[in-house]
Amino acid sequence: MTPPRTDTLEQALAENRFEWWDSVCELGRELKRDKPGLIGVILITCLVLMAVFAPYIAPHDPAAQDLTARLAPPVWYDKGTWDHMLGTDHLGRDVLSRAIHGARVSLWVGAAVVLCAGGFGVVMGLMAGYLGGRTDAFIMRWIDTQVAFPGLLLALIILAVIGPSLTTVVVVLALNGWMVYGRMTRSAVLSIRQSPYVEAAEVVGCRWPRILFRHILPNLTSPLLTLGILEFARIVLAEAALSFLGLGIQPPATSWGLDVAMGKNYMFMAWWLVTIPGCAIAVTVLAINLVASWLRLISDPQEREKQFARHMAKGMRKNMQAENDKERQPETS
Amino acid sequence: MNTSPKAPLLEVRDLVVNFYTRGGVVQASRGVSFQVDYGQTLGIVGESGSGKSVAVQAVMGLIFNPGRIEGGDIFFKGRSLLDPAGKKRVRQVRGKEIAMIFQDPMTSLNPVFTIGTQITEVLRHHLGMTKDQAKKRAMDLLDMVDINAPEKRLKQYPHEMSGGMRQRVMIAMALACEPQLIIADEPTTALDVTIQAQILELLTDLQQRLNVSVILITHDLGVVAQLCHRVAVMYAGRIVEVGDADPVFAAPVHPYTRGLIRATPRLDAVTDRMVSIDGVPPDLISPPKGCAFFPRCDQAGKACSRMQALIALGDDRHVSCWCAAKEVTR
Amino acid sequence: MTGQTLEGRSDQPLVDVRNLSVLFDAGRAGFWGRKRLTVHAVENVSFDIRPGETLGLVGESGSGKSTTGRAILGRVPVSQGHIYFQGKEITHAGKNRVRELSRDMQLVFQDPYASLNPRMKIIDIVAEPLRVHGMVKNTKAAAKEVARLLELVGLPPDAGARYPHAFSGGQRQRVGIARALALKPRFIVADEPVSALDVSIRAQVVNLMQDLQAQFGLSYLFIAHDLAVVRHISHRIAIMYAGNIVELAERHLIYDSPVHPYTRALLSAVPVPDPPVQRARQRITCPGEPPNPLNPPSGCRFQSRCPYVTGTCREKAPELARRRPGQMAACWNC
Repeated sequence: MTPPRTDTLEQALAENRFEWWDSVCELGRELKRDKPGLIGVILITCLVLMAVFAPYIAPHDPAAQDLTARLAPPVWYDKGTWDHMLGTDHLGRDVLSRAIHGARVSLWVGAAVVLCAGGFGVVMGLMAGYLGGRTDAFIMRWIDTQVAFPGLLLALIILAVIGPSLTTVVVVLALNGWMVYGRMTRSAVLSIRQSPYVEAAEVVGCRWPRILFRHILPNLTSPLLTLGILEFARIVLAEAALSFLGLGIQPPATSWGLDVAMGKNYMFMAWWLVTIPGCAIAVTVLAINLVASWLRLISDPQEREKQFARHMAKGMRKNMQAENDKERQPETS
Repeated sequence: MNTSPKAPLLEVRDLVVNFYTRGGVVQASRGVSFQVDYGQTLGIVGESGSGKSVAVQAVMGLIFNPGRIEGGDIFFKGRSLLDPAGKKRVRQVRGKEIAMIFQDPMTSLNPVFTIGTQITEVLRHHLGMTKDQAKKRAMDLLDMVDINAPEKRLKQYPHEMSGGMRQRVMIAMALACEPQLIIADEPTTALDVTIQAQILELLTDLQQRLNVSVILITHDLGVVAQLCHRVAVMYAGRIVEVGDADPVFAAPVHPYTRGLIRATPRLDAVTDRMVSIDGVPPDLISPPKGCAFFPRCDQAGKACSRMQALIALGDDRHVSCWCAAKEVTR
Repeated sequence: MTGQTLEGRSDQPLVDVRNLSVLFDAGRAGFWGRKRLTVHAVENVSFDIRPGETLGLVGESGSGKSTTGRAILGRVPVSQGHIYFQGKEITHAGKNRVRELSRDMQLVFQDPYASLNPRMKIIDIVAEPLRVHGMVKNTKAAAKEVARLLELVGLPPDAGARYPHAFSGGQRQRVGIARALALKPRFIVADEPVSALDVSIRAQVVNLMQDLQAQFGLSYLFIAHDLAVVRHISHRIAIMYAGNIVELAERHLIYDSPVHPYTRALLSAVPVPDPPVQRARQRITCPGEPPNPLNPPSGCRFQSRCPYVTGTCREKAPELARRRPGQMAACWNC
């Protein structure tokens, strides 16, 4: 009521402005304890860095052909050279450089699709779950219809009409993938909208967009994040599959799927042509899954506490004993 | 009962239970000791977070990660329940000789089986009865807890019953192996008042009829008043006052007990304003060194902040309060 | 009751509920869903609340007490009857009208843990009503107002900068009250505001609500599931059973000379924290359980558990009728 008092609230707000950083630090500390999750995060970070700085890391231009060095083997073979560390393909292009540049496509497509499909799906799911009635029926039937329609067929039709390109791949995969988000969001909204804090927001006079985006959506972030990351892995695979079929990324651009497809003709003479990009896909998907399972663990508060207890009980007990000893000493002396 | 030389039915000695959370070590039970004699009903009263449930969960072996029993011992008929060597014996004791009734019967009844299946399962597993024997006994048990038409009820699923009925089934299951000790953890908290009255009546009646010992965990002093011979009041992981129910209620010594009794609304007395205890219970991650009630206490002296008191008042009554010590010496 | 309107404006009820019925559609049963199921949540309930008054509404789970409270707030569709607020009918108020009314009528929740959004800071929770009604323009004004509200409910002003999980149950309930008070309402529905709290904290919250009532002249509909807590805060008390009000009387009459057998059973069901007294008490336990709201019995709803049941009770439902000044009951035999 008095002016200095109001200052304390504003001061407190100012002091707590950076408290999110503490929780990030805490998350980091917990990540250190979860080895598989840590490996996943490190791998993904490396992949992202590799994709971003591809032109600086890659030893060669991924599209540069060198017909004199066709199908050169990796360095540990007798004929291998350090110039082409992982060998070359049938046009003499450097396999390592292509794999590095391929990460760009995979991660870009993955991120773009997850954002587009996720954004659209979540908004649809929020509206279906909260507004209910006809909106709900319409959106859900739409989702049902689209889920029933074979995804590959839809992809083929769109690609045949528009023609394959990076953008088309993103559009096609997003169109095929948003339903999962819609369904999951809707079911989560149905349970959260029953909670008293949503009713409180309604009683106070909030309109539905505010309730959806201020009250319901923030409480959905952790399951949605986990789903998004799992979907990311699926999209990386799907993009590789489309490219493998020749419907995705078109040469001269590079993509892991495309490289596997081109290498398959030389599988018996030059195994590295399929194996290197194939491994890249496998490692990416594995890393993403490792991170996803760690995230799922962390987003469940109970599981998080258990995990914590398992790791920390020992150390904390030691600390407590040390403190007790310290307390006891002055009393005895 | 008290004069018999043999050991008490259950004795908990200096029990320490810690929960390892990200916020720090929650010291849920900080040296709790109590005992229950044959045929006696002990009420453990306390508010949420006082450690009353943790104490009996330790008896039942229900302390799981992140919780750990880190000190003290529990004796049932003079033999330790925490002895790692006697795991098999302990498992036998729990469930057969000690039974538990939970607050929410829905969590301990399996929704996919009929209650008949669930009761006979207990009987056949623990007592090795045949199917027919078990069914007959199950009907007797339901009859014992005043469920009419037991034959029909045995075929019902938990969701087909009301909360009060489910709690009766839970009591019947607890009685199935003729235990010597029943632990009831807030058995009536989730129920409506009139149903609560029915269940309390039933428990009082059964306790007298079967002469079992009962530990009743509750936050409601009224429930203790109706059911218990002895009462232990818990606050912040410690027992602050323990003694026979009548004298404790008639002349509470610890300021917290006094406050609690005064704060419990009474229907037989007229007051215009409710009496509250100011402040909030302490944080169990870093509990105060001395008396935990010290910050909320209106009679606190110098000694209170430094050390915990434990004073015997005779008649098996103990209080952990320095003020009580002054009164006794006077 | 209608005669009293002539006695002057001050006696005009703030909230007036006339013959309120709320029926819920509970889907269909039977093969092909031929049978319609209706839950008779509230039936033919009438009461009024005067300015500055607290009406205690007591009933067990499923008695329709929460539904009644929510019907007044326009959160539940009314099947029959009328609700008046400050003399104006609000029975079938539209969305915008309900929003407007939210400035005058607020709700305090039972569960202090679930009723605060765990992802929002206290300042945002308490300032939300002000923001959505455009009553504060910027963060600074909001912070000032929130600090004032927090002080009003006995919380330190810097509490606003923290998240709900940093607070105990009693403190969260204070935050809930601060949120309800933000719009300066005249009427608050308190839906079991202390039943989830510890005994020693309960009194703090009840006393706070009493102080706020005295300070701002608030009216409360105080919902509770037993008769222990409402005694201290209520001026009058209504007892509900299976969707009906069975007794409505001045506070002292409910406790000193209850009329309805259900009221007496409720009074006797709350154990007294005094062993000799409790042991010696004549307990009226009513056997059995409340009727199925999908298929309530014809006649008095309490008939299956009533010790004084007669033939009339099974045939015709008793109306709430005056027994003595300030006391009404719905029973044929008392």
